[in-house]
Amino acid sequence: MLVYTLRRLLQAIPSLFFLALLSFFLIHIVPGGPAQSLLGQHSTPARIAAINRSLGLNKPLYVQFGIWLWHLVHGNFGYSYTFDQPVLQVIGTYLPHTLELVSVAIVLAHLLAVFLGTVQGYYQGRWFDHVITTITFFLWSMPVFWLGVLFVMIFAVDLGWFPSGGISSPNGPGGFGSFIMHATLPITVLVLSTVASWARFMRSSLMDAMVQDYVRTARSKGLSEFMVLFKHALKNSLLPIITLFGLSIPGLFGGALVIELIFNYPGIGLLTWNAAFQRDYPIILATVMIVGVLTVLGNLLADLLYGLVDPRITYR
Amino acid sequence: MAVQPSTTIVPEEVPDSSLGTSRAVHLFFRNPMAWVGIIGIVLIVLFSFVGPLFYHVSPLATNVTDLLAPPSAHHLLGTDDLGRDYLSRMMYGGRLSLIVGFSAAIASMIIGVTYGLISGLVGGWLDNFLMRVIDILLSIPTLFLLLFLDVTFQPSPLELIFVLAITSWFGVTRLVRSEVLSIKQRDYVEASRAFGANNFHIMIKELLPNVMGTVMVATTFQIAGAIITIATLSFLGLGLPPPEPNWGTMLSDSMSYMYENTWWLIYPPGIALLWTVLSINFISEALRGAIDSRF
Repeated sequence: MLVYTLRRLLQAIPSLFFLALLSFFLIHIVPGGPAQSLLGQHSTPARIAAINRSLGLNKPLYVQFGIWLWHLVHGNFGYSYTFDQPVLQVIGTYLPHTLELVSVAIVLAHLLAVFLGTVQGYYQGRWFDHVITTITFFLWSMPVFWLGVLFVMIFAVDLGWFPSGGISSPNGPGGFGSFIMHATLPITVLVLSTVASWARFMRSSLMDAMVQDYVRTARSKGLSEFMVLFKHALKNSLLPIITLFGLSIPGLFGGALVIELIFNYPGIGLLTWNAAFQRDYPIILATVMIVGVLTVLGNLLADLLYGLVDPRITYR
Repeated sequence: MAVQPSTTIVPEEVPDSSLGTSRAVHLFFRNPMAWVGIIGIVLIVLFSFVGPLFYHVSPLATNVTDLLAPPSAHHLLGTDDLGRDYLSRMMYGGRLSLIVGFSAAIASMIIGVTYGLISGLVGGWLDNFLMRVIDILLSIPTLFLLLFLDVTFQPSPLELIFVLAITSWFGVTRLVRSEVLSIKQRDYVEASRAFGANNFHIMIKELLPNVMGTVMVATTFQIAGAIITIATLSFLGLGLPPPEPNWGTMLSDSMSYMYENTWWLIYPPGIALLWTVLSINFISEALRGAIDSRF
């Protein structure tokens, strides 16, 4: 398993290199560089040239790429033009906010999906199944941003229960209370937008498991329905969900990006968004690389977890 | 059993198509979900494409004396912040959203299916190479890439179709390839080969008809996905450029007036989007039911 993990990590290197190459050149072939957006209306050709020289943007592109990559493999993401801080420091303040949202959402969405899917799959065709199937079908078809807008409309504008955005209020509670106030709506939207497909998956997975021989065997041993469901059927039907966990990471970050923009939540999505408009190349490249690494790790995690819960699988 | 890296799709046994197809069609049309979906799509297409033929109001004509007017006999869905008729904008907005969504989905299916057929049929080092390319492409965070491309290039609708298509075909390729891997072992493919058929002939005559079920279901997913993506991008202020309306941009514009209780601006584009995606998903669900129950 260690060898397998190492080999997969090695295989990830060309993927990440290609990602770095692609994003770097895409960014730099675009007209209108950072000098333009830094100077704004004060830009003159001479000033632009001076800034380009100081940022190293006047060198040939492949040299710039080489320098950037060399720094990157040494853990140096460069220096943000707009924040006037090392990129890592900027990301260090923004990324935790996104991780808070995404991790809480992942845990809640999984718990909810497993619960709903299991009950639905077990009581297949009953009223509970029909109600939840209908709700998840609606949620599944719902664009994330529309759900976000609805939540802002209903819970922030109309009812006034939560602030419509941001991460802190001047006269609101501090600390954890503030987190609850500001993160509840974004997290709820994130959970609702992911729980639908996972619950549908869980339902069909449990329905598959319930007709397997080992469930019949368990029943004929005289085990209680509770034991049959939880010890035999549920355990096996969790397999695909575990794989989904790793594979859903890029999607969750994409969803978080949209949600951060709607709720003006200062996470990595909002950071990338602003950086893209201000042509803050080091920030854009860093966030793309981070999400790329998380995606690769998510895929690996999916395969490793799969083997962990299913002893029939061996790693080569 | 070795782990298949990040693929959990197990190719199902695909039955011979001759008998199965008519049964699947029959099953599909017997499913009420199929009809709900078809009627839903027909209605939204009629609304967007035929509606303007009867409702002769320009979606672009501004009127400063009628800003943010609520629905009335004069403007059935009220007006927006520039006094433009909202119902007309909804109709024309639907056109653009639907055309771009469908075209992008079809384009991505063509790329994905062709790539999957070739990779699966030819096999060997080429298959290996092509699949490694897919692995690399899959590690690219699509939304971040789209965001970036849009900010920098500000694409026209045609370019947007292209961008959406080239960022969304990988999943289809994997599905098609894994099916081809099982189909190409069948006797009828062997027989065809023994009669001297070349790869191209086998691809078109033997493989394509047999992956058609999967392809159709995948197409519905792609269409729904493309419509959502295009709306999301436009909502974020990227994607389709103004002043031509589209549902995503209309929704984001309406957010500026959220505190002024302009419900007629916020709900229609969102409901229209949900309606469209819901209809497509109903069809998708019915298709899956029809194809799966063949065995």
